[in-house]
Amino acid sequence: MSNGMLEETQVVPLAEVEEVDLYHAHHWITKYVFCQDAKVIAIQYSATAILIGLVGLVLSWMMRLQLGFPEVFEFIDEEAYYQYVTMHGMIMVIYLLTALFLGGFGNYLIPLMVGARDMVFPYMNMLSFWVYLLAVLVLAVSFFVPGGASGAGWTLYPPQAISEGTPGIDGGIILMLISLVLFIIGFTMGGLNYVVTVLQARARGMTLMRMPLTVWGIFTATILALLAFPALFVAGVMMLLDRVIGTSFFMPEMIVQGEMTSHENGSPLLFQHLFWFFGHPEVYIVALPAFGVVSDIISTHARKNIFGYRMMVWAIVAIGGLSFIVWAHHMYVSGMNPYFGFFFATTTLIIAVPTALKMYNWVLTLWKGNIHLTIPMLFCVAFILTFLNGGITGLFLGNVIVDIPLSDTMFVVAHFHMVMGIAPVLVIFAAIYHWFPKMSGRMLHEGWGQFHFWVTFLGSYLIYFPMHYLGFIGVPRRYFEIGETAFVPPSAATLNEFITVVVLLVGFAQVVFMANIIISIFKGKPSGDNPWNATSLEWQTATTPPGHGNFGDELPVVYRWAYAYSVPGVEADFVPQNMPPDQVKRTDSATGAVAEDPPELHH
Amino acid sequence: MSLFHEMTKKPWLGDSPEGEGAQDVGAFFLPHGKVGLRVFLVVVTVIFTLMTIAYADRMLFANWLAMPEPWVLWLNTALLIASSVAMHVARSGAQQDNIGRVRDGLIWGGVLTFAFLTGQLYVWQQLVDLGYYASTNTANAFFYLLTAVHGLHMAGGLVAWWRSFSRMRRGALAADLRLSVELCTTYWHYLLLIWLVLFALLLMT
Repeated sequence: MSNGMLEETQVVPLAEVEEVDLYHAHHWITKYVFCQDAKVIAIQYSATAILIGLVGLVLSWMMRLQLGFPEVFEFIDEEAYYQYVTMHGMIMVIYLLTALFLGGFGNYLIPLMVGARDMVFPYMNMLSFWVYLLAVLVLAVSFFVPGGASGAGWTLYPPQAISEGTPGIDGGIILMLISLVLFIIGFTMGGLNYVVTVLQARARGMTLMRMPLTVWGIFTATILALLAFPALFVAGVMMLLDRVIGTSFFMPEMIVQGEMTSHENGSPLLFQHLFWFFGHPEVYIVALPAFGVVSDIISTHARKNIFGYRMMVWAIVAIGGLSFIVWAHHMYVSGMNPYFGFFFATTTLIIAVPTALKMYNWVLTLWKGNIHLTIPMLFCVAFILTFLNGGITGLFLGNVIVDIPLSDTMFVVAHFHMVMGIAPVLVIFAAIYHWFPKMSGRMLHEGWGQFHFWVTFLGSYLIYFPMHYLGFIGVPRRYFEIGETAFVPPSAATLNEFITVVVLLVGFAQVVFMANIIISIFKGKPSGDNPWNATSLEWQTATTPPGHGNFGDELPVVYRWAYAYSVPGVEADFVPQNMPPDQVKRTDSATGAVAEDPPELHH
Repeated sequence: MSLFHEMTKKPWLGDSPEGEGAQDVGAFFLPHGKVGLRVFLVVVTVIFTLMTIAYADRMLFANWLAMPEPWVLWLNTALLIASSVAMHVARSGAQQDNIGRVRDGLIWGGVLTFAFLTGQLYVWQQLVDLGYYASTNTANAFFYLLTAVHGLHMAGGLVAWWRSFSRMRRGALAADLRLSVELCTTYWHYLLLIWLVLFALLLMT
């Protein structure tokens, strides 16, 4: 029998969903500044994250200038270099990627995609942004305090993070830790919103398994973040106490400049465990929303339902669960019991299974799809390639025996930039090109988008492929200057120069992208409500950009999943989630007959 | 609704508004606030669990000098238990529309919690006077850390308590206060439980 989408269904009255009391702004300050509307908060989050992300980008240029052309730029000394490394890493991972995916896209998309008027705790949601902004400001201020920002490396390993000789131990590290603690407090307020909104505030008919995968990705990532950030919180507070009041949680007995320090018997390894118990899930906090967004964009722009939706959901959840039992693969060189290493290597390799499953499903979604090579689609295809590359080098590094010689080389830098730097950023670009029309009512410029895509995509391969090779021949990471060694050939220096030049070119493409955004807000081609002919609820709003309350007078009612593309027997090549079955126009309208077992609807 | 059952559905089959799908609003039949509080309590649990693990790990190192537990801690524990009981009275008052009991419960709950926090600060003062500084030994440092984090959570609870309390003073009905009083009570009970676990840990080591 066919249970396909066209079966005549009797429309029955639905259970009543209570209307929520919406918050209403009465003053421009509460409308645009201290606003409780999730969409405004999303844009505030995104703008702040992108601005501080640009700082992180400029820092990477500085690092590359030093690595490509050592001893040329006098303003880059050893201290400054380590400060660039540290701040670049911290800004990109936490203040840009986490904040943009969860605070930015989470706030914008969750209520719209699940058919809610707003987040369930709007006031707390607003506080979340302001605490985040404070965290960003505290971090930024650390550049300007005496001694400058922390130069401890983004992992902030004690004892060196707070010992003499590391840049920024006067004020920088203190502000960094305070900023992290603030970020976590702010995030928790937002995170509670995202979780409870997804669980409790869905529109009628929006069952969990009808939610777009973007929502699944953000939802699962938020749960990971709520469980993982406390580890960073605890580690941060304890290190702050070590630094400020002289406790010895992490600080061992040491002789510094000929004198015993006052610390005794602290455990640096304890910090590493706490840090990576947060740090590894953090990779998936960034990756899972990206997975979700890619699934939705690919399906929309290939006009085909996502392949294996249920598997995709389960894979997201499985990856989320597994991400909590792999953290010590970051610590193989810390001197651990071999059985311990064996355990973590095994779990690390197991996580490749659900991840590979997602890969196959994306490719199978593209298979025989009606592929539109729009800018969002280009970025998503680039993501699939890049995540595959980064993921495969991850399999190498997940094995203890391969990891040990490669540890602390440029290979590691290349690996994690591919997998959690470039890959999620490509998705962010895809998402911006895809949802910008909904946020602004205007399209981004296509030609500039093509330029941005090709330079960014090809450029990042030109940057990171050679870097794997540098790692293989033993070029260490974190070194201010390699100098002359017996094992690094002079050609490595030439390669470094090349990489630096490409970095600057790719950087220029991002400037073009920013200009594209700013100009398109005012002068872009009007997009209409649903420029991509997409099915999910955010495209079905009465106005674009959506007004306060998202859906006009009546909340949408959902009749199907978000992937009803190219459904056999239907005139249009997409059926919006909220279109009542009796309004779907069929090709054979006389009988409303259904093609027997439409193949696209079965897996 | 079972979450697991929900996740085995096949959304590509059928697009009917009838049946389970249309009626299921919310994964739990609970007010948003209660779901939110439960999620938050999970986060709180993770924080305290990690600190406990760190404590247990760090204890094994040399130079660990267990510190004495001043008797005032027993008094403070009694105060916290009493505040939890008072909050419970307020909750049952709110459920029975008895504003008098809500008032008594809330006032006593707040006062006793405040007394608990003052008592904890007094313990700190006492220990510092005796020379148990946080920097002298990590056992001391953990004591201050655990009590401080727990105390800050109680203080945060007092903010929520103050909101309910001032609404009550402005003449809110017991029925209107029910949800916020219930949330406060859950939070109080949970933090009492955490305190009992922490206190037991401190006593045993």
